[in-house]
Amino acid sequence: MNQYSLLLPLLLPLVGALCLLLGHRSLTFQRAGGVAFASATFAFSLYLVFVVDQAEFVVIQMGNWSAPFGISLVADRFSAVMVAVSSFMGAAVAVYALAEIDEARLKKFFFPLYLILIFGVNGAFLTGDLFNLFVWFEIMLIASFVLISMGGEKGELEGGLKYVCLNLLSSVMFLAGVGIIYGKTGTLNMADIAVALSTAEDVNWVISSSMLLLVSFGLKAGMFPFFFWLPASYHTPPSAVSAVFAGLLTKVGVYALFRAYTLMFAPIFPEVQPLILWLAILTMVTGVFGAASHFDMRRILSFHIVSQIGYMILGLAFMTPLALAAAIFYLVHHIIVKTNLFLVSGVVIRLKGTCDLAKVGGLCKSAPWLAFLFFIPAFSLGGIPPLSGFWAKFALVKSGIEIESWYAVTAALLVGVLTLYSMTKIWGEAFWKKQPEDTDAQPLPNPVGRLSYMVAPIAVLALSTVLIGIFGEPLFNFSERAAAQLLNPQEYISAVLQTEVEVLP
Amino acid sequence: MESLIAILVGVLFATGTYCLMRRSIVKLVIGVVLISQGANLLVFTSGGLLAGRPAFVPVDGIVPPAPFGDPLPQAMVLTAIVIGFGLTAFLLALVTRAHEAVGDDDINAFNNTDT
Repeated sequence: MNQYSLLLPLLLPLVGALCLLLGHRSLTFQRAGGVAFASATFAFSLYLVFVVDQAEFVVIQMGNWSAPFGISLVADRFSAVMVAVSSFMGAAVAVYALAEIDEARLKKFFFPLYLILIFGVNGAFLTGDLFNLFVWFEIMLIASFVLISMGGEKGELEGGLKYVCLNLLSSVMFLAGVGIIYGKTGTLNMADIAVALSTAEDVNWVISSSMLLLVSFGLKAGMFPFFFWLPASYHTPPSAVSAVFAGLLTKVGVYALFRAYTLMFAPIFPEVQPLILWLAILTMVTGVFGAASHFDMRRILSFHIVSQIGYMILGLAFMTPLALAAAIFYLVHHIIVKTNLFLVSGVVIRLKGTCDLAKVGGLCKSAPWLAFLFFIPAFSLGGIPPLSGFWAKFALVKSGIEIESWYAVTAALLVGVLTLYSMTKIWGEAFWKKQPEDTDAQPLPNPVGRLSYMVAPIAVLALSTVLIGIFGEPLFNFSERAAAQLLNPQEYISAVLQTEVEVLP
Repeated sequence: MESLIAILVGVLFATGTYCLMRRSIVKLVIGVVLISQGANLLVFTSGGLLAGRPAFVPVDGIVPPAPFGDPLPQAMVLTAIVIGFGLTAFLLALVTRAHEAVGDDDINAFNNTDT
């Protein structure tokens, strides 16, 4: 039974996409099927978290080829929680898409591609094989390429072109790094690579290929100095697409960095630690300054993705149990909050026709419920207690103080204040100030679906932000257990290289 | 032979990078294609090159006679080529549409979504 818990989050979106392709004539079927399969994926990913928390690891050797010869699928606590929270976003945004994705996009297979995107993301979290990770990345990317440029409008095509080119280059870097690692170690299984590197006499050669992987994952994650494609493209597609990209795609890059540097490259981590630390600091700072200079809601939010990625990578750079636990907690919090903020920006566009802050105003009076729903994720992102962002930042800063990394702690606190500044800017401009008289801000002429489909997922995500903030202890304890697994790669290695799947105690 | 291919990989990466730095979007596509071919060749060579020693198991044996060429990089590179082919086709279509929408071949005209 354990095995199915791992396979179902992968098989359900794939089967769903195939079913929707077969029934492509009926748009009702597309809508209903998209939501149903995304929700089912979420339900079974929760089951996976439950199973993994009991059994420590769930491992499947595909086709019964024993590791390291075949492809292993591995779920530890970190990957299980990532699968769960990204499937959560998948389900929430699928409901939201009912009210935003128009008929033309549905006819161009929006929902099948959306499910394939979830399939690729979950696969990237669950694979234990380096080349297989490359393939999952490509599955995820090709779906995202089509989703971002699907509308065929000028902005979407331009943004899409930038997104596609930079991500193709990142894939090439990844492939080159994989090739060199395979040439030197003769294996592709991540656990086996870790064994080969920890027993090798000279591991300095791997620094170069680990840098290729760092650039590749950093590009996908939106790390300094590789993030420029992100704010140039994320504000162009419909908000449902932006939201799911903002929530999931960059986090796959962060996940891959964590997996690579806690497992495979653990022997050389001390050598690259200063580099990762400074990249994290610069990512935080440049992202937040970029956001401060913008006046369009979605562009501001895109830059904040960059700055928040810095916090997560900072947790990796500290590499203490508390810092890793904080980073995992941060990932969960950030995925929920950032997706939610993009969804709110979509509602603003629906009500006002634009999310340029100069043209929008008066939302506090005309839509007080929206102001309330924006307030929660925005101030959680800024780190106001008792919302989830406060605990994430608090744990991260505490771990920084413990290892006396003063530059990083200063930057983290400063960036927190500037994040709050940006959120206050959106709040003051879009919600508090009066609607400017001389602009042509009108509600969208032909909204696709009922507004309640947009509000319901936003409300659910806001509620989970509050709940994580108030009752955060179970999740933080879980993050600590996940971090303990990450810091002890020996357990992962022995779980993968055994032929038998571990059974429930 | 391997050093020759190593130089070729370097040349492919260098010319690809040069094309990426040009201002035409068509040359951008050419640059991406050249670089990805360089990476494919790198993966292909990573297992070592052995002429005329395929990893075939003889009728009366259970392992191929050593030394034999490593088939795994070839399988990987085949996957990578197929993926690269699909992505290049998509990129070409996207560039055509973007060229129609923007009306210019110059990268500098593609600055409407920039920051």
